[in-house]
Amino acid sequence: MSTTTTSPPSARTGPPRRQTAPAPPAGRRGRRLRALVGAAYAAPTAVMVVLFFLVPLALVAWMSLNRWPLLGKPSFNAPANYSGIAEDELLHSAAWFTVKYTVIITVLLFVVAFGLAVLVQHRRPGVGFFRTAFFLPMAVGFASASLLFLGLLSDEIGPVTDLLAEFGLVDGYVSWTSGSPDSALASAVLLVLWRFAGFNMLILLTGLQAIPPDVYEAARVDGANRWQTFRRITLPLMRPTIALVVTLMTTGSLLAFDQFWILTRGGPDNSTTSLVMVIYREAFIRLDLGSAAGISVVLLAVLVVFNVIQFRVLRRRSS
Amino acid sequence: MKDTSRARWGYYVTGTALAILFLFPLVWSGFASVRTDTGFGLENYDRLFNSANGIELRHVLNSVVVSALTVGGTLFIATLGGYAFGRFRFPGRDVLFLLTLAILMVPYATILIALYVLLGWLGLEDSLIGLSLVLITFQLPFSVFMMRNSFEAVPLELEESARVDGCTTVGTLVRIMLPAVRPGLVTVGLFAFLTSWSEFFAPLILLNSTDKFTTTLAVVNMRTASHGSIDYAALEAGVVFMAVPCLVLFAAMQRSYVRGFTSGAVKG
Repeated sequence: MSTTTTSPPSARTGPPRRQTAPAPPAGRRGRRLRALVGAAYAAPTAVMVVLFFLVPLALVAWMSLNRWPLLGKPSFNAPANYSGIAEDELLHSAAWFTVKYTVIITVLLFVVAFGLAVLVQHRRPGVGFFRTAFFLPMAVGFASASLLFLGLLSDEIGPVTDLLAEFGLVDGYVSWTSGSPDSALASAVLLVLWRFAGFNMLILLTGLQAIPPDVYEAARVDGANRWQTFRRITLPLMRPTIALVVTLMTTGSLLAFDQFWILTRGGPDNSTTSLVMVIYREAFIRLDLGSAAGISVVLLAVLVVFNVIQFRVLRRRSS
Repeated sequence: MKDTSRARWGYYVTGTALAILFLFPLVWSGFASVRTDTGFGLENYDRLFNSANGIELRHVLNSVVVSALTVGGTLFIATLGGYAFGRFRFPGRDVLFLLTLAILMVPYATILIALYVLLGWLGLEDSLIGLSLVLITFQLPFSVFMMRNSFEAVPLELEESARVDGCTTVGTLVRIMLPAVRPGLVTVGLFAFLTSWSEFFAPLILLNSTDKFTTTLAVVNMRTASHGSIDYAALEAGVVFMAVPCLVLFAAMQRSYVRGFTSGAVKG
């Protein structure tokens, strides 16, 4: 990678060398000193990880065992925050909705991203333009993209309703983002597909291009058709990349917030309220940080278990 | 040969149709932001910046401060950390590296509640510095990983000859290593900027007063705070205003950045 391909270290033209061994300050003291220097370089990372990752992790667990109002003193009340979870109906509907949304997004986004990756995997004229076009939505922040779609799908200034009316598909006023639970969900799905398809395409592309061409050549010689090649060669060899992409998609969807907060406002009638929106509501509208922490801990545990299982399953299948 | 020419046409037609679909929302938002009742003009931008709950100069400055702190902080910590993980052996190195990567496993929506309380204890509630520290933390897994790989890729001889010349490790880092890992620094800095400039959820939780709002928060507030009619055209102006710096950076660095992603996998 680097531009400097130096001649062997023992370049004779160099200044007089004090040591012959390539391992620098020799001896145990030297190694100790170097370890200390290394630890010093890692210290800022360590401070950040401890202070803003490990401490909050422990704190959220502790908070979930307390009655912890936004203002005022906390008091121990375990397991009230957890038993409250069982009774919260909005939380239940939000959990179901989030799972449903996650399944829909993971399937659709994967299919679209894989399709795009296959389309642009070979070098041919125009491929650079296509890749850029599919990837460009990533340059718009997700919150901005949600606002963009709010206007795009609106009846006031958006072209979508007019366009569909032109073809006689709808008539009159349609409120895509808040009209019905299904159209609100569909609006969010459309937004996420537009914004993230190119990003996932790029990751899948790296996996596709890592498959050696001679494997395909061998399959062609053996008379495999396109579908067989795809099922027997492409998919199995892509498994690690697919595992990564699917994990990113499911994690991202289970933690969905911006798209519903901005685009649908959780409506109509809380039908598109996601889990993280419930956490936000508990903490900053009902001012009950303890309850919000309880839900966070459960969500955290589900995510960790889920990711572990997913990696296990995908790894086992590949071996 | 008829088949291959049909396949080529299929590729062009599908690709072009999809490219139009993906580019359309971007082009439309630009168009909608300058369309007015009477034709075209900058009235929507005027309302964006001058209406009662529109965005103010201080919101833009807040965004600039947060982005600068996040990019600077991320580069500083990830460079030192990447150098340590890539070139030194010390007790606890592997544990610390794994813990840094584990931040990815615990997406921050779940611990932001605790970070809100913690920053309050540190006297950093409702503060741009506190927000930047949190944003830096969540940039670390990607950035430290990227910088470690960059440092590992630098030939050992380069560093050793510097040491033989009597450079201290700091001198080696600054004079020899930093120029060699520049592509990594560019990618890390670009990502830190894109994230901190557009981030919505963390500022929403950690900033309370409208004085401290970032631009993203202020623009979204125009939508969520309006109980009556939404000024869609001004919102689209806000979208364009937010997106332009990112698109410019993207265009300038897209080459190195897409290549960074696919490096090692591309075969000529």
